[in-house]
Amino acid sequence: MTDKTLSVQKAGIRTGAQIFMEALRKEGVKEIFGYPGGVILSIYDELYRCNDIKHFLVRHEQAAIHAAEGYARVTGKPGVALVTSGPGACNAVTGIANAYYDGYPIVVFTGQVDSRLIGNDAFQEADIVGITSPCCKHNFLVKNVKDLPRIIKEAFHIASTGKPGPVVVDMPKDVLDGKTEFKYPEKVDLPGYNPTYTGHPLQIQKALKYLYKAKAPVIIAGGGIIASNASNELTKLARSLHLPVANTLMGTGTFPGEDELSLGMMGMHGNYSANMAVSHCDVLLALGTRFSDRVTGKLEKFCPEAKIIHVDIDPCSISKNVPVDIPIVGDVKNVLIDMINEIDLNEVQKTLEKREIWLNQLKKWREVKPKLNINNEKMLPQIVIQKIFESIKGKDAVVTTEVGQHQMWAANLCKFNEPRRFVTSGGLGTMGFGFPAAMGAQIAYPERLVIDITGDGSFQMNLQELATCVNYKLPVKICVMNNGYLGMIKQLQDVLFNKNYSQCCITGPDFVKLAEAYGAKGIRVTKEEDIISAMHKAFEVDGPVIIDFVVAHEEDVYPWVLGGEPLHKILLNNPTGGV
Amino acid sequence: MRHTLSVLVQNESGVLTKISGLFSGRGFNIESLTVAPTIDTDFSKVTIITTGDDKIIEQICKQLNRLINVIKVIDVTGTNIAERELVLIKISAKTDRSEILNIASMFNAKIVDFTKKYCTLEVMGDEKTVKSFVELLKPLGIKELVRSGKVAISLD
Repeated sequence: MTDKTLSVQKAGIRTGAQIFMEALRKEGVKEIFGYPGGVILSIYDELYRCNDIKHFLVRHEQAAIHAAEGYARVTGKPGVALVTSGPGACNAVTGIANAYYDGYPIVVFTGQVDSRLIGNDAFQEADIVGITSPCCKHNFLVKNVKDLPRIIKEAFHIASTGKPGPVVVDMPKDVLDGKTEFKYPEKVDLPGYNPTYTGHPLQIQKALKYLYKAKAPVIIAGGGIIASNASNELTKLARSLHLPVANTLMGTGTFPGEDELSLGMMGMHGNYSANMAVSHCDVLLALGTRFSDRVTGKLEKFCPEAKIIHVDIDPCSISKNVPVDIPIVGDVKNVLIDMINEIDLNEVQKTLEKREIWLNQLKKWREVKPKLNINNEKMLPQIVIQKIFESIKGKDAVVTTEVGQHQMWAANLCKFNEPRRFVTSGGLGTMGFGFPAAMGAQIAYPERLVIDITGDGSFQMNLQELATCVNYKLPVKICVMNNGYLGMIKQLQDVLFNKNYSQCCITGPDFVKLAEAYGAKGIRVTKEEDIISAMHKAFEVDGPVIIDFVVAHEEDVYPWVLGGEPLHKILLNNPTGGV
Repeated sequence: MRHTLSVLVQNESGVLTKISGLFSGRGFNIESLTVAPTIDTDFSKVTIITTGDDKIIEQICKQLNRLINVIKVIDVTGTNIAERELVLIKISAKTDRSEILNIASMFNAKIVDFTKKYCTLEVMGDEKTVKSFVELLKPLGIKELVRSGKVAISLD
C-alpha cells in the first residue's frame, strides 16, 4: 500500500468498490458467488487483496444466483451474488425469480454501465431494474456513491425481513469508482416497509375456539414455517391439540415426517391421505402458505366444508386464491407461540375424544398407495430414490432436487424430520436449480453430506458447474435418474396427449465419462442390489461424484391430481389403462 | 365497480414503473393515473382510477402496499372527497361560435385560444360535469381532446 492510499483510507474516504466490500463485512458476509465482467472489475480488484470474504467463481451467472439461494435455504441467512452488467445480469434473472416465488433471501449485486451512458444502448447495457421489477422483492439503481452504504444496508434488511425475497442492487461503474466517506448506517429508515409480525389476539382466540370444536381438523404447513423457523412451535401445537399435519412441497420437513400425525405432502402429486384429509376436513389451519394452484387443485372444490384459518406474514396471500374465515396476518412463529400460550388445558382433554373417528379414518387413508410396476428389466426410479434415502439415513445430510418426476418422488417417498434439509424449486419450477443450489448448501456446511437428486434432463441445464465443484473440491453427490426422457413431459403426453411423445425423448452424454472429463468421479448403476454400495462408494470420495442410475422410462408419478380437478379426485394409476 | 385510490409514494425514479408494472403484470385495470409531488417533495401522490370487484380491489390495495416505495394506500371511493379533472378540448372554429361560447359559459369553461381555425377550451370539474360538457360539444366537431386524469382530496 502506497503512502497516498494509506492517507486516503485513514480519512475514511473509500471508493465505491471498497465501500461494497466494507458493507459486506458489516453484514457478516463470508462467501459470495459471482462472475467477473468489465464494469465490476474494481470490485474484483478488491477481492484480489481480500482474505476474509471468499468469492466462488461459477461457470454461468444463473448458477451463482441458485447457489446463493441454496446457501440461504440451508442457513436462513441471505445469500449474496455478484454479476456484471448486460448479459451477466440477464443470466441472473431466472435465479432471482426462483428466489422470489419461493420467498428466500438473497441479495444480488449487478454491475451497470457508467451512469452517464445509461439509456444510450451502451456495450453490455441492460435495464436490469426494469427487467427484474416484477420478479424481485425490491431493487435499487445506485445513482451516487454516497447512497451506496445506505442502499446495501436496506437491501439486506428488506431481503431478510417480512416475507423474505431477492433484492437487486444495480451499481454503475462510475459509482464503484467514485469516492466518499464510508459510514455504515446503524438503522434503516423505510417508511413504506413495515411488515406485521404479531397476529391479532382476538383472531388467535377465535382460531383456537374453532380448533377445539373441530371433529376433523387438518394443518397445512407451508414454506413460511421454514422462513420463520417455526417448526418446533408447529410440532408443539399439532401434538397438544391432536392436529394432523399435511405439508406443501415448500413445507417439506417442517413437521417430523415420521410422526404419527404427519400426513406427508399434499397437492397435485401429494399423498392420498394428505389430499383426502384436506378435502374432508371441517377446520383447516393453513400456516405460511400462499395456496398455489399446485396445492389447492380446483379452487371451487377446495375444502368445501371447512372453516379456514389462514396465517401468513404477507397480507396479499390472504384471500387471494382461497376465501378465508379467520385471516391472521403475522409472523407464523409469533402467532403459533401466542396460540400455544393461550391454549385452554380443559379443552385439550376433550379434543382427542372428539377426533377419534377422524384419526381412525386417516389411518385407513394412509394405507392407500400407488402400486409399482415391478415387471421391468431396468431399475424403477422410485426404488432408486428410496434406496438413496436409505443410504443417507442417520447422516447429517441435505438433499436438493431439480424439477420433474424425480422431484415429486423425492418429496413424496422420503420423510424429512427437520426443516432446511430438502431444497427444491417450488413456485417457479426451475430445472437446473438443484445442482448449483447443492453447491451453495455445501459451501454453507462443508461437513454435511449434500446430495442432488436430478434427472438427465434437468442436470443438463447446469452441468457446467461440475467445473466449479471440482475447482473448490465441493463433494456434492449428483444422483442422475437417467431414463432418456423428460419424464414429466412424457407423463403429461401419456395421459393428456394420446401418447404423442413430442420432443420429450432427450439424449445426453455418457455421465461417467463426463464426470471424468471434468476431473470428477463417475459411477454407473444398473442393478438394484448395487444402489446402496454405489452410494457408500460415492460418500468416500472427497470430491464431486456423478452416480448415473440407468432407470426405466415407463414410470409415471402417482398419486396425481390432474390440472383443474379437485384434490379428492386423486389418481393412483394411469386412467387410460397404460403403464 | 370503479374505485379511486389515493396512493402516497416516495418521490424516487422507478416508482411509477413499479406501480404500472404491477397493474399490467397482474392483469388489473387502470383507467387513469396521475402523479405529482406533494408539499413535501420527498413524496408524491398518485391518484389511480381502477375497476374491479371487491376481491380485485382488495388485492390491488394489498399489492400496492407491498411495494417498498409505497407509503400509504387509501381507497377513497364513497368517502367525503372532492374529485376533479381538467380537460382541454379543441373544436373547429368554423361551426357556430355563439353555440361554443354558450356551452362554455354554462360550464364555466375558459377559452384558452381562439383562432380562425380552432377554438380551444379548458374545463375543470368532477366526472359528471366533464362528461356532459364533452357530450354537448360532440355535435360541434371535436378535433382533439386531452384529459388530465382525475385527482382527489379528502374533505375530512
